[in-house]
Amino acid sequence: MLRILKKNFQSGRPAPSYCPGQTEAPLGFAGAPEIDAAKCTGCGQCVAACPTDALSVSDDQKENRRTLVLDYGDCIFCGLCGPACPYEAISFRGKFELAAPSRDALARPFEFRLSETVKDPRFVAPEKNFPPAAARARHPNYEQGDFADRLPLEDLGRKLKDKIGALFGRSLHVREVDAGSCNGCEVEITNLSTPLYDAERYGIHFVASPRHADLLLVTGPVTRQMELALVKTYAAMPSPKSVVACGGCAVSGGIFRGSYAVSGGVDQAVPVDVYIPGCPPRPEAILYGIFVALGKAGAPGN
Amino acid sequence: MTPEIERLKQQFGKSVYGERAETGRLTSVSVAPEVLPAAAEFMARVLEMRFLFLAGFDERKSGGGFRLRYAFAHPREDRFLALAVQAGETEASFPSVVSLYPQANWQEREIQDLFGLKPSGHPDPRRLVLHEDWPAGQYPLRKDFPNGVKVPRRQGDYPFERVEGAGVFEIPVGPVHAGVIEPGHFRFSSAGESILKLEIRLFYTHKGIEKLGEGKSPREILCLAERVSGDNSVSHAAACAQALEALSGTTVPERALRLRVILLELERLYNHVADISGVVLDVAFSFGAAQLAAVKERLLRLNERLTGQRLLRSMIVPGGVHKDFAAGALDHLLRETEAIKKDFEQIVHIIWNSSSFLDRVEETGIIRREIAEALGGTGPAARASGVDRDLRRDHPYGVYSQLFFMVPVFAEGDVESRLKVRIQEIYESFKLIHEVAAGLAPGPCLAVPRPLAPMAHALGGVESPRGECFHWLSTDREGKISRWKIQSPSFANWPLIEYAVLENIVPDFPVINKSLNLSYSGNDR
Ligand code: SF4
Ligand code: SF4
Repeated sequence: MLRILKKNFQSGRPAPSYCPGQTEAPLGFAGAPEIDAAKCTGCGQCVAACPTDALSVSDDQKENRRTLVLDYGDCIFCGLCGPACPYEAISFRGKFELAAPSRDALARPFEFRLSETVKDPRFVAPEKNFPPAAARARHPNYEQGDFADRLPLEDLGRKLKDKIGALFGRSLHVREVDAGSCNGCEVEITNLSTPLYDAERYGIHFVASPRHADLLLVTGPVTRQMELALVKTYAAMPSPKSVVACGGCAVSGGIFRGSYAVSGGVDQAVPVDVYIPGCPPRPEAILYGIFVALGKAGAPGN
Repeated sequence: MTPEIERLKQQFGKSVYGERAETGRLTSVSVAPEVLPAAAEFMARVLEMRFLFLAGFDERKSGGGFRLRYAFAHPREDRFLALAVQAGETEASFPSVVSLYPQANWQEREIQDLFGLKPSGHPDPRRLVLHEDWPAGQYPLRKDFPNGVKVPRRQGDYPFERVEGAGVFEIPVGPVHAGVIEPGHFRFSSAGESILKLEIRLFYTHKGIEKLGEGKSPREILCLAERVSGDNSVSHAAACAQALEALSGTTVPERALRLRVILLELERLYNHVADISGVVLDVAFSFGAAQLAAVKERLLRLNERLTGQRLLRSMIVPGGVHKDFAAGALDHLLRETEAIKKDFEQIVHIIWNSSSFLDRVEETGIIRREIAEALGGTGPAARASGVDRDLRRDHPYGVYSQLFFMVPVFAEGDVESRLKVRIQEIYESFKLIHEVAAGLAPGPCLAVPRPLAPMAHALGGVESPRGECFHWLSTDREGKISRWKIQSPSFANWPLIEYAVLENIVPDFPVINKSLNLSYSGNDR
């Protein structure tokens, strides 16, 4: 017992608490890609390097416009686009506070004059090298899900706003569901309960039953074989409830999209209130996402 | 011709033909289906080759029909041999070898689900990977299966095995569990508190990763490999990279090989610490669990300082590593690992002095050596049951052949032994990291990528924190990936748990489960 006390005493206070917008990621953390619009020419080299279609270009000949989109919802933070850029326009500087209430808010568009980019010796034409951007839908589709008939009627089409008022200011009960993740996201969610992140000190409790939960934290691309279990868990929660999609897989299907065995993101099965990009999101990024769901962080509408 | 193939030819004459030196340490030879069971038995009993796994292939386009390949490892020398067998397209496509190798049980059922080839004589014809709502006649790993097209659901039932008798009741658990863990279904039959039978049902997280890998570029396939089992990212990527490098004939620079060893051992460290922490938490020793969780976090931060990613992802690329460690990172690594080791030692000392802790882990969840061997158990779980095997030593890759380390083996096979194996491996990993980092010479970290050889096969293997992890890659005429088979340690070890829990009490299940720490995603793929 004495030894335990001594060791506890030596360990001291674990770490300063996370505070949205103010805490910096620890040294070395790469985080999300950021594109410097001043350096980027829109050549499209990075698009060819990206393994998940998080980067895309679409060319509009009539309008003489090329649009390059970086979608954090599809990004797996692999870093391959960085060295692919001939102009060093892509950097990784530890950005992690990305969670947002809509898929659209995760996309960063950059526009160029097509006639200018074509002159670039590094110009990449989309058709030949990657599928066109339009092929990827970016909207919730839970009403068409295989088990949509099991979704509680009153929850369909409801607004995020209603719940924030109800949840604000008191403690939050979170139920986690792994809908087919690689377990990377679970590593970081488990870390939330360790003394270093101690989610409890923000009033966030992980609970064992959906019947006690206010918020459903879902990881994974929603595999075909987890879809029903996810919908059932969601339906078992009392209203009001909110759903947070945690990690690139949960946001968009991530790197697994297009497989026979996954449905491609949580919002294809149940309504989602907040999307947390990352692969996996670091523990602070998950906390940030939960705060966004509570309306305690993030600009309104973003 | 390898001595094994010569012996096979002597024994089976013309039924053994067409030997091929594949890439790297892999040789293959074709065997007529009629003699397969006998040849497999000859391999095991006479040649003492160890059966690793079985994979299906759809080679109809190149005129080869369906084929199965049975991978074996030489017990003492660094060689792998694959027996290739033609499989029929209709009923009873290939002879089952389950009676000889119980570990082939799931492997054959997986081929039945994904290729539609039936193992004749298999004692359990039920679905495995694809659940009951998957329609009949759709086989995702066949080449004519259109990936990405939504497959309709159908009505179906999965019959569980039942234990009958007075006072026997069933406890079904999952797939969604109470804690933050991966999904799977467990069905206990128990009388009183004691478990009479456990039946596990997995593959809820099946993502079709092997199919997704087909046609992908080497870099893309490594991104997928890192996500087969998130906490074993480096191991899967390294095994897959080995196969890619064998296919392209790339020589990885020495410095990159050494950096890979550091990454692999860092991965072992944080996994083993997390596993011990998990068991300690499940026996409600919260002091130990919290302290170990802090150690784990420190390791994750070290990872991120060195590589930019807490799970060490995006470092391994075909031909080497993506980037060298930043200036000063190596010194930091040496200092930090030294400090973490001290901390860890103190905590372990306190934990193992707690009799209430030892009470829960000693003689709990025993796996006997014969069971571990028969089911193809691997990694710390097998070493805790007396199976003295470690790929780093037995089939060394990277620079492991130049390094000195011990492979801890215990005989008891209980939860405590599994923890002790991990603790000793943690100390060995610290030593390995220190040795490699201290002797690191400057040099390039990445070889120029070369195209993959067409119509070739390659096998990569890594001793991951959970055990042997194999990646088999095959290419088509254009040198594109046409087949990717992942043999994860969890796929080998999951069946062990059905034995480990027998005659234990239900409340000990979480502790036993944690001590094996199997990956659902790695298993389900
Ligand atoms: S970091 Fe994101 S955007 Fe860049 S290549 Fe990887 S997935 Fe694509
Ligand atoms: S988002 Fe990344 S870490 Fe999370 S489950 Fe998906 S692949 Fe794994």
